[in-house]
Amino acid sequence: MEEKKKSLDLSKLISKYSLVIILIVMMVVCSIANSNFLSAPNLLNVVKQQSVFILLALGAMLLISAGCLDLAAGSIVALSGVVSLYAYQIFPNVFVAFIVAILVAIACNLVSALMVTVFNTPPFIATLAMQLIARGLALYITGGQNLSGVGKDLAAVGQESTLGVPNSIYIMLILFLAVVYLTKYTIMGRSIYAVGGNEEAANGSGINVKAVKIKTYVINGLLTGVAATIYLSRVNGGMPNGAQSYEFDAMIATIVGGTSFSGGVGSASGTLIGAFIVGFLNNIMNLVGIDSYLQQVARGVIIGGAVIWDIYFKNKKTYKKGK
Amino acid sequence: MADNIKMEVRHISKSFPGVKALDDVNFKLKKGTVHVLCGENGAGKSTLMKILYGIYHQDEGEIIVDGKVVKIANPIDARNQGISMIFQELSFVSDMTLEENLFLGRWIKKNACLIDWEKIRDETKKLLEKEGLPYKPDTPLRSMSVSNIQMIEILKAVSFNAEILIMDEPTSSISNKDVESLISKIEELRSRGMSIIYISHKMDEIFRIADEITILRDGKTITTLQKDETNIDQVIELMVGRKLENQYPKEIMEIGEEIFKVEHLTKQGVFEDINFNVKRGEIVGFAGLVGAGRTETMNTLFGLDTYDSGDVYLNRKPIQVRNVREAIANGIAMVTEDRRRYGIIPVRSVMENASLATLKKYFAGGRRHKHEEIKDISEVFEKVRVKTPSLETPIKSLSGGNQQKVILAKWLLCNSEVMIMDEPTRGIDVGAKKEIYELIGDFAKNGKGIIMISSELPELMGMCDRIYVMKEGKITGCLENREIFSQEQIMNYAVS
Ligand SMILES: Nc1ncnc2c1ncn2[C@@H]1O[C@H](COP(=O)(O)OP(=O)(O)OP(=O)(O)O)[C@@H](O)[C@H]1O
Ligand SMILES: [Mg+2]
Repeated sequence: MEEKKKSLDLSKLISKYSLVIILIVMMVVCSIANSNFLSAPNLLNVVKQQSVFILLALGAMLLISAGCLDLAAGSIVALSGVVSLYAYQIFPNVFVAFIVAILVAIACNLVSALMVTVFNTPPFIATLAMQLIARGLALYITGGQNLSGVGKDLAAVGQESTLGVPNSIYIMLILFLAVVYLTKYTIMGRSIYAVGGNEEAANGSGINVKAVKIKTYVINGLLTGVAATIYLSRVNGGMPNGAQSYEFDAMIATIVGGTSFSGGVGSASGTLIGAFIVGFLNNIMNLVGIDSYLQQVARGVIIGGAVIWDIYFKNKKTYKKGK
Repeated sequence: MADNIKMEVRHISKSFPGVKALDDVNFKLKKGTVHVLCGENGAGKSTLMKILYGIYHQDEGEIIVDGKVVKIANPIDARNQGISMIFQELSFVSDMTLEENLFLGRWIKKNACLIDWEKIRDETKKLLEKEGLPYKPDTPLRSMSVSNIQMIEILKAVSFNAEILIMDEPTSSISNKDVESLISKIEELRSRGMSIIYISHKMDEIFRIADEITILRDGKTITTLQKDETNIDQVIELMVGRKLENQYPKEIMEIGEEIFKVEHLTKQGVFEDINFNVKRGEIVGFAGLVGAGRTETMNTLFGLDTYDSGDVYLNRKPIQVRNVREAIANGIAMVTEDRRRYGIIPVRSVMENASLATLKKYFAGGRRHKHEEIKDISEVFEKVRVKTPSLETPIKSLSGGNQQKVILAKWLLCNSEVMIMDEPTRGIDVGAKKEIYELIGDFAKNGKGIIMISSELPELMGMCDRIYVMKEGKITGCLENREIFSQEQIMNYAVS
């Protein structure tokens, strides 16, 4: 009797923390494969590199949970980056850069949101259109040329550290905590999951479905704008061709992190771990020196495997008793 | 003797995280009989059937078909053993036509890649003819009613040469007339030698078609009874484990002022010139055949749909209900008919589902009041007797009846003035029904108004103070005096 209960709890524990376990196993394997892996500078560097993805992945998590998605995130990073840099050249202040990038990204997301809510365009199509629009605008206004002129204060965002920790990690962590708070402790959070889980039932319980979707896109815009500024600072310039297909990396991270593409399920912490898993994976392959084309193949295989493992585990949980 | 047994279930047990759904279940299905499974919500009926159909797998025990122990790993195995199932929640591809659904996954092929549509059409026609069903093979399923689709499912089972047919609450969402044709279909199948397992909460129906009745309680088999040797009261008593008296606990209450009034409500082609009112403490019923426009009218009053013209008054003040938010803000709540569509968020927890309409209260002042939320929900759950492993369990893993109770709890938490209930006891077991009637009574006693749609006339006549009858989108009559409610009069208004 006692025995049974214990083992049941253990299996619950394993399935609850399956992602953390994958991450730890991966880190152990990586540190055996390469002794440099577990050094603090390397780890911090990976997290720093992942900051932009994590912010986009958090946005993707919210949108997918609400039954939407954003295929334009990468292009919007590029567009808001270059517009922000133009503004920064006129008013050289890091806050101007942030604010302009955020406003541009929110504006783009509002357009997507209006297409989705007012004209009932499927999010896939609406944001695909937005992807082309944003990328096209970024290329048009720059004439396809990279912009320079990142000043010292702006460069500090993505290139420097405070107390040994890269500044972008602080920014990422603050927004991560904000998203945790949003999903767990606010009406908005509950509403996002309800809308993604069953739109009609959410409406039938008095939730303003359209408003929730619009707000979710706006929040995604905010996260994308911040990501754009960090990106701008890290690459030290405005790149109209940059951040290609970042939206897919973001979605992969959040899906690996347990977000369900059918909507209604997703968490900020899962997304964070998912992003780490993907980030460390890339890192170790670079450290061990795997051919970059092969890296891509390996990434696909391992990501597919992680998701299958997760699904298999979840199914086992419902179909078989916790033996 | 033994070859009279078509299927036997021996010592089947099955656990889900936190619940033992089945605990050493045994029963025998005789050839050419209808075997009814009875039990409260969450007793394990659907789980057992899903095991027989290969959707879940038992932890222990065995299934014996025609004297041989069989392993049923998936629905294909089940079909090969001659077992077909019609689900509690129907599943079909609604964009496909009748014939496509019928042959889905087992296409008749011309060659390796091409489907032989002509042959499929012929076969479908033959089947339809044989079963005496008046449908066209190319009808899209989305345009068919639930009861028609059920017939198609039966047709499918027949075309698989099924010898065992499992039906999980087939009558919980079809009209009384359709129930009649379903029952005669079942009788016909039985006379052809098919063995049928039938699950239902409706006692009169059970006693019409059953040969044998097996009772499940808390995942255990209590007993198997011969229909002729038992009666409704005994079955109910065995089901709930105690005697149940006075199914409709109606208290006569003081009727107060008018609380809700609808005037000249019209929506072109759906309903016309609807006038009615509800007073404080009153339970007002709406009777009528399926398709009479009752659900459409009520959905409109709850803001799920729009209307063309008419006025709605709450406490004598005109109100607008352009959407559900306005309806709720005005103090209207509604338990909708279509639970899967408008009711539940399947993947979210029972708690999140229950508090969905009262989020403002539990997140007042910009922070979450977790303890208040848990306390309130635990209280209502106690009242409606929701059976759930925990508040964190996703609502989709609750039994059908328990899902309905959670929805009811959601609206009870709302503290509304007027509660509209569209088939509130659908899929709910007899014991819990009585509890729900009591809750409805309490609600009215607190000076609130209740509008109740039901296709079960005894329920309406037992609980209501007044009954409006609708036909083809119009109110055709109102029975004002509960002393002289009569089924005949209601039917008169409903069909006249
Ligand atoms: N997939 C699942 N995961 C977890 N628990 C489940 C699952 N399916 C059923 N259960 C649990 O098993 C028990 C039996 O459920 P089941 O659906 O068999 O009841 P039922 O007798 O069909 O009830 P109803 O009359 O309400 O349809 C319930 O406590 C339910 O919560
Ligand atoms: Mg059931």
